Amino acid sequence: MAQSQAYYVPHGSNWPIVGAVGLFLLMLGLSTTLNGLGFGPVLAWTGVAVVVVMLVGWFSTVIGESEGGTYNQQVDRSFRMGMTWFIISEVMFFAAFFGALFYARQMAVPWLGGESNNFFTNLLLYPGYENTWPTNGPGAIGGEYEPMAALGLPALNTAILLSSGVTITIAHHALKDNNRSVLNWGLFATFMLGFLFVTLQAYEYHHAYEAMNLKLSTGIYGSTFFMLTGFHGLHVTLGATMLVVIWVRCLKGHFTPNHHFGFEGVAWYWHFVDVVWLGLYIFVYWL
Amino acid sequence: MSNNRIRKLVAALAAALPALVFAPLAKADWAVNMPKGVTAISQEVYGLHMLIFIVCCIIAVVVFGAMIYSLLRHRKSLGAEPAKFSHSTKAEIVWTIIPILILVGMAVPAADTLIRMEDTRGSDMSIKVTAYQWKWRYDYIDEGFGFFSSLAPEHNRARQLDSGIDPATIPNYLLEVDHPLVVPVGAKVRLLLTASDVIHAWWVPDFGGKKDAIPGFVNEFWFKPETPGIYRGQCAELCGRDHGFMPVVVHVLPEDEYQAWLGDQTAGLTFQDAAMTEETVAMVPATATTAVEEVTVEWNMDYAMATGEKLYNANCGACHQINGAGMPPTFPAIAGSPVATGDVAAHVDVAVNGRPGTAMAAFGPQLSDEDLAAIVTYQRNAFGNDTGDLVTPDQIAAAR
Amino acid sequence: MSTAAATHEHHDHHPTGIMRWLTTTNHKDIGTLYLVFSLTMFLVGGSMALVIRAELFQPGLQLVDPGFFNQMTTMHALIMVFGAIMPAFVGLANWMVPLMIGAPDMALPRLNNWSFWILPMAFSLLGMTLLFPSGAPAAGWTMYPPLVLQTGDAFPFLIFAVHLMGISSVLGAINIIVTIMNMRAPGMGLLKMPLFVWTWLITAYLLILVMPVLAGAVTMLLTDKYFGTSFFQAAGGGDPVMFQHIFWFFGHPEVYIMILPAFGVVSQVIPTFARKPLFGYDSMVYATASIAFLSFIVWAHHMFTVGMPLAGQLFFMFSTMLIAVPTGVKVFNWVATMWKGSMTFETPMLFALAFVFLFTIGGFSGLMLAIAPADLQYHDTYFVVAHFHYVLVPGAAFGIMAAVYYWLPKWTGHMYNEKLGKLHFWLSAISVNVTFFPQHFVGLAGMPRRIPDYSTQFADFNMISSVGAFVFGFSQLLFVYVIWSCARGGQKATDQVWEGAEGLEWTVPSPAPHHTFDTPPVIR
Ligand code: HEA
Ligand code: HEA
Ligand code: HEC
Ligand code: CUA
Ligand SMILES: [Cu+2]
Repeated sequence: MAQSQAYYVPHGSNWPIVGAVGLFLLMLGLSTTLNGLGFGPVLAWTGVAVVVVMLVGWFSTVIGESEGGTYNQQVDRSFRMGMTWFIISEVMFFAAFFGALFYARQMAVPWLGGESNNFFTNLLLYPGYENTWPTNGPGAIGGEYEPMAALGLPALNTAILLSSGVTITIAHHALKDNNRSVLNWGLFATFMLGFLFVTLQAYEYHHAYEAMNLKLSTGIYGSTFFMLTGFHGLHVTLGATMLVVIWVRCLKGHFTPNHHFGFEGVAWYWHFVDVVWLGLYIFVYWL
Repeated sequence: MSNNRIRKLVAALAAALPALVFAPLAKADWAVNMPKGVTAISQEVYGLHMLIFIVCCIIAVVVFGAMIYSLLRHRKSLGAEPAKFSHSTKAEIVWTIIPILILVGMAVPAADTLIRMEDTRGSDMSIKVTAYQWKWRYDYIDEGFGFFSSLAPEHNRARQLDSGIDPATIPNYLLEVDHPLVVPVGAKVRLLLTASDVIHAWWVPDFGGKKDAIPGFVNEFWFKPETPGIYRGQCAELCGRDHGFMPVVVHVLPEDEYQAWLGDQTAGLTFQDAAMTEETVAMVPATATTAVEEVTVEWNMDYAMATGEKLYNANCGACHQINGAGMPPTFPAIAGSPVATGDVAAHVDVAVNGRPGTAMAAFGPQLSDEDLAAIVTYQRNAFGNDTGDLVTPDQIAAAR
Repeated sequence: MSTAAATHEHHDHHPTGIMRWLTTTNHKDIGTLYLVFSLTMFLVGGSMALVIRAELFQPGLQLVDPGFFNQMTTMHALIMVFGAIMPAFVGLANWMVPLMIGAPDMALPRLNNWSFWILPMAFSLLGMTLLFPSGAPAAGWTMYPPLVLQTGDAFPFLIFAVHLMGISSVLGAINIIVTIMNMRAPGMGLLKMPLFVWTWLITAYLLILVMPVLAGAVTMLLTDKYFGTSFFQAAGGGDPVMFQHIFWFFGHPEVYIMILPAFGVVSQVIPTFARKPLFGYDSMVYATASIAFLSFIVWAHHMFTVGMPLAGQLFFMFSTMLIAVPTGVKVFNWVATMWKGSMTFETPMLFALAFVFLFTIGGFSGLMLAIAPADLQYHDTYFVVAHFHYVLVPGAAFGIMAAVYYWLPKWTGHMYNEKLGKLHFWLSAISVNVTFFPQHFVGLAGMPRRIPDYSTQFADFNMISSVGAFVFGFSQLLFVYVIWSCARGGQKATDQVWEGAEGLEWTVPSPAPHHTFDTPPVIR
């Protein structure tokens, strides 16, 4: 690869150490909160604030450099690869929870029901317990509950998230065609759909807790359901926030038809969130 | 370093290493290898172990031999000129195929043994083994009785930090229990393993393996001892503070002696146990929550305090300490504890139901009403707690 | 080949003093930070090992309470694994990968700084638990529930520290992949890269694929303890063993994360001192990739005793045994590289040779452990402890030491003291065997691991092992001294340093200037 200009190597930056200290405060705060110490939440929120300041500062620098034309093709490629591998690491994070779900459904619960080499598990410890899904286990942890249906709100949410995948693709094409108003509207629609999704999800959680007695503590079913959908919801929130940032940048006239890594990075992230939801919808709600 | 010196060093090392390795072998009482054991399976496992070991040794001789030869001959100081070759497809194919063949040769007998180890069918008797922090409980489910088995008291005393007791003076240090598991020789014994708190593992090397005891699940393990004798092992999965102090001891008896032992158990008499001391004998009727008829005694303070002390020392002392001082903050003191000097019902509740999520187990399922009443009474009146409360078995029963 | 790096001091307005190190984005500075941090952690983790060995010197409890002993075991392992070995390799990658592929720096320099500084934060979080009244985590580095859920106040600190270590590793790995894939000088094709770069590329893939899984696993521990979930509780339909599956899905690749870069180092060092090209370069690359692939399908060999169905045990036994094949290819290739070479035995070479010998011994015991029926005897005994210390101490740690001696002249511009280096080697190589070889014997004879006190029949070998450990530990102070004095001064090193050394890193001056390859070098 012929390099027309040198690879940009920044010299010194304060943001990473700020970020490291922020993370430290945040983790220390969370730990002390869980230990029931009064100053815990204060520490944790301070940590969040420092991290937010760091993110704003760091990204402003990068955006400034990008708009200032500091980055050549090669730097752009670095960012793309970096984002790709970051998303892959996120996929693996979800894989752990999907793994837990599959393990529980295919192994643990059948075993508690006496399958495979666990005849005595069932006979001695849980006589009468049968392998079913959903379940809150032989101890019926969390008591009577109503499982989440696949139709209704979740189906609607699937439609919402899928259409947000369409709108962001429309926006992307518009960006490539230099059609700024379609770009801005497409992005606006995408994050609005994203926030709508989160709102509906919050409503669903509320309903689950209040009306269905389905909680995080409802045995393995509640655990896997809320952990998977919860971490997904968190990622949607993050993604939508990133979309807002990109949207503002678009309004300010950032990005060009062939130089817009920031946009694409967020778009990839959004597609990733989309795909995870599909997995969730199929394995958590439907099957 | 000059060449000569290096060569001398290598020679010295070459001479010293086997000496280091084999000198111990000469001393008979230094176990350096896996025991052959006393079951067919354990002997098979031993055979497998030796097979892989020898195969590895042979490969090592070949690989290290080539390497050492090269190190000695192909050195610059001897004027060796470097060759230029950098690959050889033929050699690489050979040294991929040969290891594969060797591995297949090991995998086949290994799989064969494993399949037999997993076959628990056709067992002559089943014993349910429940692991607790830090003792075992054996339930002879066919005969309908059971008992706890924990580290023998004199071992327990000797193993305390700065006990001043020399472990060498104690035979089978740390490998002795108050009540061993007793089985007849030649019977295929199936163990049904589970745990009440955390994961433990039941292991007697002479029986050829170990199996985890997992809370909420039942694992199966079997052995068929061919020779009578006393076999010792230990818990083999980290289970907390006293993981090192929950041995497994199995007495394998000839059939008639086993029957006699069994008769004693079911007849409500005490255990025939060579290792039992005065102290444990005194504890037996209480800890052994067997089908045994309890001698009914009048429930009074003196009796409760006397039995309570022994039971406390055996069951609670590991954590709350014999002197009641505990090991704060993980293990709270009983002396002056707000619970042990406060509301009786709350105290009974902790003892019976435990504190979920902490090491404080529910003792309700482990001990009888009388035992628990005695312990709680003892806790409320010993160590200067002096509440004067006499807790009755009925109060315990009510809290279950 | 261009002599790179006319030093561009003009555009550098480096902050000085502590701020330089806090804010640096230079791969060499960050590499140094990683290496110094790792050495510190090695001493701290090693000191804990010495507490363990001191208590095990003789039967009976003399020094510490059993609870504290378990804290030492747990912290020792966590610190060594995540604080000493892994960061040392990341430090080596930071220093050497750009130099070896002709890149001006790492691809994402600011991120690079962040990855490093997260680490001291993680270890502060973990380390402060030692001061808690209820103590540090004590459930083993494997953190099995339900035991780990009994941890006191230290519990959330443990979980969040592991999260931070994970974030640090993943960000570091991303940076390394991007650097290798995007920053190679023109002409540096993938199959021209030095093996150290290759092994690190594959290691980085492993890191990205498994560190997040560990994060997921410990997150479930956290919610099980504080938020009432039932992942690892049978009553709610979960299974404590599920944690072990998820943990070892991370854990087994993790052990290769700790050995593959060492394979890379040895593959650099041996050809240099044998003055002969590496034998079977291509098959080395493929073998590394096969090991990485296989590492994902063998995890349950740590769990033969949990009561898996038979088919599972057989599958994991066979797949584990297979790993011996590509690993064997590597060992044979190293031997073939030495064969008919023209060898000299400077300190890096000595460590590399000891690596080949002793790692192979560790590999053999690994293979023995892979035989499921035999593992039912070996499991959770000192035989396992002996196995993994053979692959980790004279394996991973010796690999790092070889690398440090090999590249130290390039980093500092001075030759280290060869006499002391050799002394360090011989002391370490002998004492490491004295420490860990007898552990095979006690393990086979029936001594479980993770116990503070043991039956008298194991006394003699434990005593030998403890003596060895102290000699080994104190020899490392010599290592520290050699590094320190080399950084301070000494005989001036040439650019090529070693007669047989080949590769881009030996074309830049010693010490390597702050900026190298601002204009990419041209490769033949
Ligand atoms: C750097 C780290 C590292 C490495 C490289 C390895 C390498 C291997 N390990 Fe090890 N292992 C650990 C670190 C490592 N291990 C750790 C830390 C633990 C314990 C964790 C804990 O519980 O805390 C452990 C535990 C462990 C167990 C579980 C034991 C138990 O708890 O019961 C097993 C079981 O299969 C195992 C197997 C292997 C195998 C087969 C290899 C193979 O990769 C080895 C392959 C190499 C060779 C075989 C030698 C060279 C080959 C030849 C010369 C070719 C010819 C040879 C033949 C055909 C035999 N290891
Ligand atoms: C990753 C690498 C790694 C390394 C390098 C080591 C290094 C060592 N380990 Fe490690 N060890 C593990 C990983 C490692 N270990 C793991 C994963 C476990 C399992 C834990 C578990 O069960 O959960 C374990 C467990 C373990 C045990 C078993 C404990 C038990 O089961 O209870 C023992 C016992 O001998 C031991 C000993 C040693 C020794 C003697 C060293 C020596 O090599 C250490 C060398 C010593 C030093 C380097 C000290 C130098 C310092 C000084 C001389 C003082 C100066 C001090 C300052 C200036 C601060 N280790
Ligand atoms: C395995 C260790 C262990 C054993 C054995 C043990 N305990 Fe405990 N106990 C604990 C722990 C840990 C706590 C603290 C629980 C908490 O944090 O709430 C505790 C707390 C208590 C308390 C409450 C004290 C207070 O001040 O809060 C009482 C009462 C008690 N235990 C009684 C008993 C009795 C009775 C026995 C024996 C029959 C016993 N314990 C055996 C570990 C143990
Ligand atoms: Cu019970 Cu270890
Ligand atoms: Cu492994």
